[in-house]
Parts: sequence; structure tokens; C-alpha cells
Amino acid sequence: MARLALQQLSKQFASNIAVRDVTLDVGDGEFIVLLGPSGCGKTTTLRMIAGFVTPSSGTVRLDDRDITNLPPWKRNAGMVFQSYALFPHLTVAENVAFGLEMRRSTADIPSRVAEALRMVRLGGLEGRLPRQLSGGQQQRVALARALVIRPDVLLLDEPLSNLDAKLRETVRVEIRELQRQLGITTVMVTHDQEEALMMADRLVVMSNGEVRQVGTQRELYERPADRFVAMFVGRSNSLSGKIVGPGRFETAGGLRIACHEGAIGPAVLALRPERLALGAMAADCVNRLPGTVEFVSYLGASIDLHVRISPTDRVVVCQPNRADVRLPVEGDRIEVGWPADAAMVFAQETAPVPN
Amino acid sequence: MAAPLAWPSSAAVLGRTCGRWLFTGAAGGVLVLILLPLIFVVWLSFFRQEIPSFPPDGYSLRWFRAIWTNPKFADGFAMSLQVAVVAMLAGLLLGVPAALCIARFRFAGREVLNNLLLLPIVVPGIVLGTAIYVFHVELQGFFSEVTILGSIGGLVAGHILLVIPWSVRLVTASLAGFDRSVEEAALSLGATPVRAFFRITLPIIRPGIVASALFGFVVSFGNLEMTLFLVGAGRTTLPIAILQYLEWKIDPTIAAVSVVQIALIGTAMAITNRFVRLSRVV
Repeated sequence: MARLALQQLSKQFASNIAVRDVTLDVGDGEFIVLLGPSGCGKTTTLRMIAGFVTPSSGTVRLDDRDITNLPPWKRNAGMVFQSYALFPHLTVAENVAFGLEMRRSTADIPSRVAEALRMVRLGGLEGRLPRQLSGGQQQRVALARALVIRPDVLLLDEPLSNLDAKLRETVRVEIRELQRQLGITTVMVTHDQEEALMMADRLVVMSNGEVRQVGTQRELYERPADRFVAMFVGRSNSLSGKIVGPGRFETAGGLRIACHEGAIGPAVLALRPERLALGAMAADCVNRLPGTVEFVSYLGASIDLHVRISPTDRVVVCQPNRADVRLPVEGDRIEVGWPADAAMVFAQETAPVPN
Repeated sequence: MAAPLAWPSSAAVLGRTCGRWLFTGAAGGVLVLILLPLIFVVWLSFFRQEIPSFPPDGYSLRWFRAIWTNPKFADGFAMSLQVAVVAMLAGLLLGVPAALCIARFRFAGREVLNNLLLLPIVVPGIVLGTAIYVFHVELQGFFSEVTILGSIGGLVAGHILLVIPWSVRLVTASLAGFDRSVEEAALSLGATPVRAFFRITLPIIRPGIVASALFGFVVSFGNLEMTLFLVGAGRTTLPIAILQYLEWKIDPTIAAVSVVQIALIGTAMAITNRFVRLSRVV
């Protein structure tokens, strides 16, 4: 178990900067998730921690040791790969024992292998070859193989992306419980925000090789540092326009909206769909705009209503599905409202925003 | 609105059926043309009479016994076997690292190197043999104290040249689907690159290596054209012994020798195919 510290870590491939100035402290036993769209540098960052990629500048420290230039085989980092990367010619037990053998560990290898396999609930499959296992079982072998060496840090590279949706949910919980129980410092990479939100103690949102924000789920969701984070973590309606005065925003479509502070100039207003109220519920809101329901998605627990509020602006309103409330239908005229503090204001920026 | 799907007309169906029959027929015809001589050779090797004529007087195994009593065939067989084994081993030692470099690294001249290593397949055996022979003659002029021309070393060197393209191709093919993260997993578990190579990489590509060994053996064992230029006086390989025997005699011995050779090569090919689908590389 250990603390992991990245200091101004950068990686440049030829003319392309993959990772720029990533600084991050991971506490002992903490579960950190690097989240971002593909190509944002999260995997390169993980590979620098593992030692497969040599940083162009910056340092990687494990407790008080500088491991920046240490080769992977001297780092004591357990890694689970997206493809699992099991050794196809070795049995399950031999796969798990491999790391112990390489360490020439004096510990009793068979008993530690058995313990690791019991931990991931794979007892009894010791003699199987990887190709005789299901995807979920292979994933557990990969996990047991990484954990059996008692690594200082556990690195997970999209470990769940090859599992089907149902299995993924149970494995998420299993991995998280195991990680807590062992108290092992963990860094996971994923592009799946739901997975990230479910598993992390803290998340690191990255884009274009840079860290956009580090924080807990709640911090990222309620106080996103910029428009990118607001769009990437959870859903947001975005209205572009400009701040025309203190607390006054005007959309490109000509709507006037009361909001919080913000510098005068081009800006974007982000609204969480569940913070929007409809009809009578919107009566107390500062901002009330008439609109037309254009599209209704019935999602079971909730309902998404796409409401046009100006020729160029449409917002998604997410309503809890309650039996006692009549559902608006397409074509209904309805009032949309929200309190001033529901709107997050960001200066207009050039960085690409996820769809 | 989507247009309603038209049923294929009966003429079109008929055309397609005819096309399929034509294709099957042509393919079958070619196969028969290829196999017919082989079938006759095998048949002939069991004839009792000395001058092949149809129908046979009867059947016997005497021609197979005759192979072993003919020193030329026995010596040729031993020579071919030795040359093929040495060429195969040397070809592996050179071909496997070459294939690893080509598959793993991006470097200047990689494509050129790759093509260069495959060149001995492209150049006709006669041309290759002539070129090496001339080269040996020139070399002999410089180093008069060692025998190069017609030496066993020169012969083996030539055969190594034949084996290299195949070992490179077969090993490259087995590396094509190799997941590099398997090696990285070994490294992260504490294996040094050398240990990761011998414990993980090598066992995974072993089928490709076995296949290239067998295929290299077959290519060397059956080579005639290039070998003709490189054998020294009084030395023959099996294909050359067969050729020389044919100049004087046509009795079923020759058929029997061919059957033995076909059986040997066929077995090697069949085993090779179990490791690497030959249709993927040939």
C-alpha cells in the first residue's frame, strides 16, 4: 500500500503532446478514476505510472521513492489490461503464480495462489486454460494475478469494457469491495462515466492531455470547473449566448435569463435536466419561459421531455415518473422554469466539447 | 417507400447454378491434372515388371527393396537429410530473430529488409544456383587454400538461403495476432524482458516456429535446381540421384524413390499445417 504522486507529468510523441503537466496525489488506499474521451491522455498517464511509457518530463513517486525512471518489472504495480492479457499457454494457477515466481518469493506459492483465486471466487478452476474460461472469469484471473503480488498500486486499464452490460454492474461492485477490503491504492482508466461515478473515491476528468478537474462525484457534478466537465459528467443542457450585465444572460435566440455572476461577454449556460421544473412546479422560479413539448422519452423511472423555448434553443427536462402527475404529450404548450442558482455559467472557450 | 423485393428470375437462378457447376468442374479438372501423375507414380512403384507397361503383370515391393541396395539412393537420401536438417536449424536461428525485428520494430529500411529476406523465393532456382556458383568461383580465386567450390559448406549455405524466407514468413504470420499487452503483463509482474521473452513470447509463437522448421526442411530436402550447381564431385542429394538414375534407366525404382520422398514431404507438410494454416502464408 502506498501513496502515489504525479508531478507535472508530460509526454510528447513526436509533435503530438499526449499528456501535459498532470499533477495528482493519490492517497493510501484511495480509488482514483481517470475519466475522459478517447485520446485524452488517460491511458498514456496510466502507462507512465506502470512504466511502459517514459515521461518526457515530470516525476512519478511512490511514497518517498522516485520511480520515474524505474523499469516496469521493478515497480511492483499490479496491472489489469483491457484485453486481460492472460498467458494463453499457462493454466489459471500458473498465470496467477507467475508474478510470485518472478519475484523468487520465498512465500508458499501454491497457498497464495489459492488464496488469490478464492478472493475472486475462482476456486476449482486452477487447472483450466484461459481459453476455457468465460470473459468474466478471465477478468477475475487477471485481477487475481495482479493482486497476488501484493502490489503497491493497482492499475486498471478499462477492465470492464469487454464484459456485457449485466455482468459489468456486478463486477464493478466486486472490484470496489475487494479494493476497499484490501485497502489498495488504485488508479483506473475509463471512458464510461457511469462506471467512473460508481467506483471512484475521486475522479480526474481529462481532455486533450490535460486535467480539467479533480474531485468527488458531487464536486464534479454540482461545481464543474468548466463547460467540458459540465458536459462530460452527467447531462447538461447548454445555451450559448452572452452575459449582458450583472446576473443577466441573453441567449443567441434572444431569451433573457437571470443567472449568477459571470464576466460580461460570450458565455455558455449549462442546466442539469433534473433541475428544470415544468408547469405549476415552475411557478416560484425566477426564470420562467413558455415552450412547446417536441419529444417525449419514457425511460421508466424518469421521463425526458424535449422542450423548445426559442427558435434556436431546446432543453431537455428530466421529470421523475410519478403516477399522480399527468404526462405532457408532444405538442403541449408548457412553461419551463428554474431558479437562478441552477444555471452554471462558463466563459465561451475553444476546447472541444463532447456530444 | 422501399421498392418491393423482386424474386430472382428463374433464368438468373439457372445461370448461377450453371456457374457453380462450371467452377466446381474446372477446379476438379485442375485437381485431377495435378494429382494424376502422382497417382501413376504411386501405382507404378508397385508394378512387378521392369519395363512399365499397362496393364501390369502383377504387383510387388521389390522396387522399394531396390532403393536401399542402390548406394546412390541411400547416399543421396543421407546427404539430403543432413543438409536439410542443418539448413533448417540455421534458417531458424537467422529467421526467427529477423521475423521478430520486422514484426516488432519500425525502422528505416524495414520494408526493404522484409522484401530482401523473401527474395530467394522469387528468384528461380536455376538463376539462384548459377549466381551462387559464380560467386563461389570468384571467392575461390581469393581464398585458394580453402575449398569453397563444391564444398558441403557451400551447399548448406545455399540451402539456408532457401529456408530463410519461409522461416521469416511463417514466424511473422504467427506474430501477426500477438497481443503485446501479454508481454507487458509479464513485465509488470516482475519479469525482465529476457525472462518475459523465454517464458511468455517464445512459447506462444512456438507453433509458428515448429511449422517453419518443418517447412524449411521440406523446401531444402526437395530442392533440385539450385543444388545441381552446388554439389561437389561424387556427392549427390536424393533429387539429384533420381535425376541421374533417370538418364540411364526407367524402371519402377524411380517411382518407388519418389513415393518415399512424397510420403516424407507430405507428412512434414501435414504436420506443419496443423500448426500454421499454410494457405495463409504460401
